[in-house]
Amino acid sequence: MNFLAPIGRIVLGFLAATGRLVIFAFHGLRHAVLPPFYLRLTGRQMMSIGYFSLPVVGLTALFTGMVLALQIYVGSARFNAESAVATIVVIGITRELGPVLTGLIVAGRVAAAMAAEIGTMRVTEQIDALVTLSTNPFKYLVAPRLIAGLTMLPLLVVVADIIGVLGGYLVSIESLGFNPATYLHNTFNFLEPIDVISGLVKAAVFGFIISLMGCYQGFHSKGGAKGVGRATTEAVVSASILILASNYAITELFFAK
Amino acid sequence: MSARIKIGLAGVRKSFGPKRVLDGLDLDVREGESLVVIGGSGTGKSVMLKCILGLLRPERGAITVDGEPVLGMGSDDRERTLRKFGMLFQGSALFDSLKVWENVAFGLIQGRGMKRAEAKPIALGKLAEVGLGPEVGELSPAELSGGMQKRVALARAIAADPEIIFFDEPTTGLDPIMSDVINELIVDSVKRLGATTLSITHDMASARKIADRIAMIHKGRIVWIGTAAEIDHSGNPYVDQFIHGRAEGPIKMEVLRP
Ligand SMILES: Nc1ncnc2c1ncn2[C@@H]1O[C@H](COP(=O)(O)OP(=O)(O)OP(=O)(O)O)[C@@H](O)[C@H]1O
Ligand SMILES: [Mg+2]
Repeated sequence: MNFLAPIGRIVLGFLAATGRLVIFAFHGLRHAVLPPFYLRLTGRQMMSIGYFSLPVVGLTALFTGMVLALQIYVGSARFNAESAVATIVVIGITRELGPVLTGLIVAGRVAAAMAAEIGTMRVTEQIDALVTLSTNPFKYLVAPRLIAGLTMLPLLVVVADIIGVLGGYLVSIESLGFNPATYLHNTFNFLEPIDVISGLVKAAVFGFIISLMGCYQGFHSKGGAKGVGRATTEAVVSASILILASNYAITELFFAK
Repeated sequence: MSARIKIGLAGVRKSFGPKRVLDGLDLDVREGESLVVIGGSGTGKSVMLKCILGLLRPERGAITVDGEPVLGMGSDDRERTLRKFGMLFQGSALFDSLKVWENVAFGLIQGRGMKRAEAKPIALGKLAEVGLGPEVGELSPAELSGGMQKRVALARAIAADPEIIFFDEPTTGLDPIMSDVINELIVDSVKRLGATTLSITHDMASARKIADRIAMIHKGRIVWIGTAAEIDHSGNPYVDQFIHGRAEGPIKMEVLRP
């Protein structure tokens, strides 16, 4: 029976960690919706998540759209369905690749930076100092980041969708020899609102996850520079896994028959 | 002097894993007094302050501030209680994303909702009190020396004129002259503002200067408490060893000798 003990310990540890995360998320959300709001800090986080992620998100979307057009062309040519390229590219980008790749890229950039910043504040007692200066760290540190993540990711995904489709268009016109008017017609005529909306809902959830994991791991880091380093890594890894898992769950919710 | 108890600790116990840091600690801080706690490194002095502030939760015991029990307080009550406090952290704990003057003004702006333009002159005034000019106010904390950071942290602790001020090693890392300036400042805060202060120090000169009473902590308990005048003939072997800085005595430093 002894071999069950370690399994039990792991399961209990996992449940406890999940519980802590849920409570943390709940606190963060509560402070995000209840006044007072730190507008200046929220604005700064929006800049750092939204504006400064634009170049890397744009490049990712561009190359993804380009390669997508190439591959789908190769695939669809095998049964003479080349005219489907435009439609498949736009659906692939808006439903899946736009939100998921943007989420993963921003997780690498932003969750890591948040965990490093908040983790350093934790180990140098700056978070304790906040408390003694009558400032709630959830309100001051977590809420602005959650709001910024939740609102900026959908905007980034709109940009990624547009640039991704543009990338597919460029490759199709310039190197695959499609007719521009037909390509655009096929892109927009078969696109349904739900394709874009589901992608934006995903983006909001991913933005929340990114900020949540950055803050959570930073808050719970301990043990100096090494602990902050570990928090940074774990923030990116856990945010990425949660993004992929929740992506499946949301897709199921939206499209399962 | 009034003998009202401002802060009371009774039987406070705090452990980290198997390690018991505070072990039934009893201590009363009277209103308007300057109490200095001395004791070896790692005996739980900073942990004691953090327990009072609610930054750490003791497993056992009771802590009161103005007669109100603070353990298990709701968040609103706790926030109200914390407004009475100013704290100088041992490691300064300055916010490195903010300028020096914004650090000093933080409690005024964020904690009390004061306008930035109104808080800035107050912050610069507090900086001047710790011997730092207005040009320092525009720097970021990373651009300061350790001793300057400590003085900024001190200015931040006293900026909102709190009723109770904790100083965790206020003079460590300062030159003797600046130490004396800081000692004067602490004495002055007590006299002029009528604040209650609880300070931690290893510096006996500083302790003698600022203390009304001195308490010695060892192995998570208070082993001696008395007035500053009594400390030289306390008859307590722990105190004698500490104030004379002897390696031999009842306090065994955990040093591995070859
Ligand atoms: N967050 C923590 N986690 C684990 N152990 C801790 C923590 N904080 C303090 N300790 C332990 O508690 C003990 C007392 O620490 P504390 O910081 O109170 O010492 P101190 O009396 O202030 O010493 P010093 O004079 O060196 O500052 C130390 O042995 C330390 O290892
Ligand atoms: Mg200490």
